[in-house]
Amino acid sequence: MTHFFFSLTLGLYGCATAAYLACLLRTSPLLTIWASRLLSAGFIAHILSTVHLASKAHHLPLTNMQESLSFFSLLIIGAFLIFERRYKVTTLGSFVTPVALVMLSVASALHGEIRQLHPILQSYWFWIHALLAFISYAAFTIAFGVSVIYLIQRHFLKTKHFGALFQKLPPLETLDEISYRCFAVGFPLLTVAIISGAIWSEKAMGSYWVWDPKQTWSLITWFIYAALLHGRLTIGWRGKRAAMLSIIGFVVLLITFFGMKHSISW
Amino acid sequence: MNIIVIGLSHKTATVEIRERVAFSPNLIEQPLHELISLDDIIEGVIISTCNRVEIYATTRDIAGGIARVKRFLADHHHIPLETLEPHLYCYHSEAAIRHVFRVASSLDSMVVGEPQILGQIKTSYGYAAEYKSSGIILNRFLHKAFSVAKRVRTETRIASSAVSVAFAAVELAKKILGDLTDKTVMLIGAGEMCELAAKHFLNSGAKGVMVSNRTFERAERLAADFSGEAIRFEELFAHLHRADIVLSSTGAPHIIIGPTDVEEVIKRRRFKPMFFIDIAVPRDIDQKVDDVESAYLFTVDDLQEIVQANMAQRSLEAEKAEEIIDQEIGQFFKWLSSLEVTPTIVALRNRFDDIRRTELEKTCSGWKDLSPDAEKRLEALTTAIMNKLLHAPTTALKRAGQGGRVDLYVDALRQLFELESTLEVNEDLDLEED
Repeated sequence: MTHFFFSLTLGLYGCATAAYLACLLRTSPLLTIWASRLLSAGFIAHILSTVHLASKAHHLPLTNMQESLSFFSLLIIGAFLIFERRYKVTTLGSFVTPVALVMLSVASALHGEIRQLHPILQSYWFWIHALLAFISYAAFTIAFGVSVIYLIQRHFLKTKHFGALFQKLPPLETLDEISYRCFAVGFPLLTVAIISGAIWSEKAMGSYWVWDPKQTWSLITWFIYAALLHGRLTIGWRGKRAAMLSIIGFVVLLITFFGMKHSISW
Repeated sequence: MNIIVIGLSHKTATVEIRERVAFSPNLIEQPLHELISLDDIIEGVIISTCNRVEIYATTRDIAGGIARVKRFLADHHHIPLETLEPHLYCYHSEAAIRHVFRVASSLDSMVVGEPQILGQIKTSYGYAAEYKSSGIILNRFLHKAFSVAKRVRTETRIASSAVSVAFAAVELAKKILGDLTDKTVMLIGAGEMCELAAKHFLNSGAKGVMVSNRTFERAERLAADFSGEAIRFEELFAHLHRADIVLSSTGAPHIIIGPTDVEEVIKRRRFKPMFFIDIAVPRDIDQKVDDVESAYLFTVDDLQEIVQANMAQRSLEAEKAEEIIDQEIGQFFKWLSSLEVTPTIVALRNRFDDIRRTELEKTCSGWKDLSPDAEKRLEALTTAIMNKLLHAPTTALKRAGQGGRVDLYVDALRQLFELESTLEVNEDLDLEED
């Protein structure tokens, strides 16, 4: 069952991604509607797959790389669908859905099995930590997509190059607003995630902070986003600088997520 | 039943001619009544805009109908027909349908894709509907034209691009600032294009206008026009940070706004983006302003380039629009043709049945020992013959109705069998709903 929904999700995301990319090339209201419908259908299948997996395992599916990637992409798509409804930013889909599709494809290639839950993970703090971290990651991923579009659009405006792509991309101010909202949601959640992670670490290993690579890189990520949000609130950082920093933040986030192993392994 | 179109437009007539044949909307009732009381004209709609005057009508007699509408147009405006005739174009049947679909979709406009024409046709049709000069066919025809125009608008990008410099400025501003509703415009200097652009910005929802000019009285006068605020030229930089959109066109021989000024202003605005348009020659705003973060400077040349590109884009989109119209014509023409089928079949049957009855009665009344049973048989026999004879033509006619080439058959049958049929329109015949 999980496998069926998972494959269905993958198929639907694939079609939706193709449709969103086609939206960049062609103007058709029908295409826009269907892209969104396909993605929504895929999202529902994804939820069902996740719920089914969770009910089989009796815990949130966040305990190995396959589950984590799948959950990450679920949240990305969910966040995008919310923004698409609110701001009518179809073109954002052309940048965000491929990211989610790649993550899910990687997840499907990985070997995943439900194992006995390691005692170290049997703590509420772990679940709070992981869930919040993923929601904040999803918000930062959207912010990343928006920032890339911002830089492209800004480039078009500064070089006075007004092609078809320029016409399709959303206004700078809309992009700015979306990325700001992402930070406003993502940053507090990341903060709480890091704190709850530290508490979990204390419960599991007796120390709040062990300076393992994961913790260190998480802190770097946090500092980047903190700088971004601080700059925005105090002197009104926007535009190019904010977009660049958001992209750097996302790269660091990916390094943290994929590259850094916990010193606690299970 | 045929649809005919008689009219003139910016393509065939100068403005002097056009204004002489224009119909005033307040006085449209009388000409509409005159139009439909013409011989053989059944329904009529008059479209009158500054770029075109057109009459849409339905008639059985194409040539006669067109001639009478032309005469009506000339007589109503007291213009000799010989003067008017060279400017008039006439279409009937499929060409008429195509023409109206193209006009409604703004493919025949002076500026292809301009959005006003659809509204103007809707208004004109509104009068015709109000004064009941349009009937079942033109009602459906125009609604179809509206839906075709809507399809063209949504499925092609024919109207999505700006083809005037002032409008291009607004579109560009939206690409930076997003929604313009809470944005403020600053006009520096005075110039026709600046004022026009300012008007466009206000129409697009901009909140307010500030006007600055070397002569404060002029600024005040212009500000009053826009119910805006006049700013003394010396105080320009004290107010500049409030403007999201700056339109400059002074006659100054030197730069008025430099990059350091803008840097200050942008900082005061906490990096909220600013949109500058420099229309002046020599320029008012230093090109380096464009390098300042969150400041976007455009010159007339940039805008002109957008307009050129959009024009080219539009002609590409127009081809797509023609394809859409081709599809829609087929559908509508089918419906129009199918209107004739049922009444013709009914008339044909009635004609045959009349003959059968008369002949049967003649025979029976002279037949002395005709048993009631035999009479019944005779009745059955003649009916069967009639049905068999009618079967093939009826089927052919119905099939022709679906194929759209029905008028030929209908006319032939009418003439061959001297049928008189009045058009009864059954709305259920609709092939499809919009």
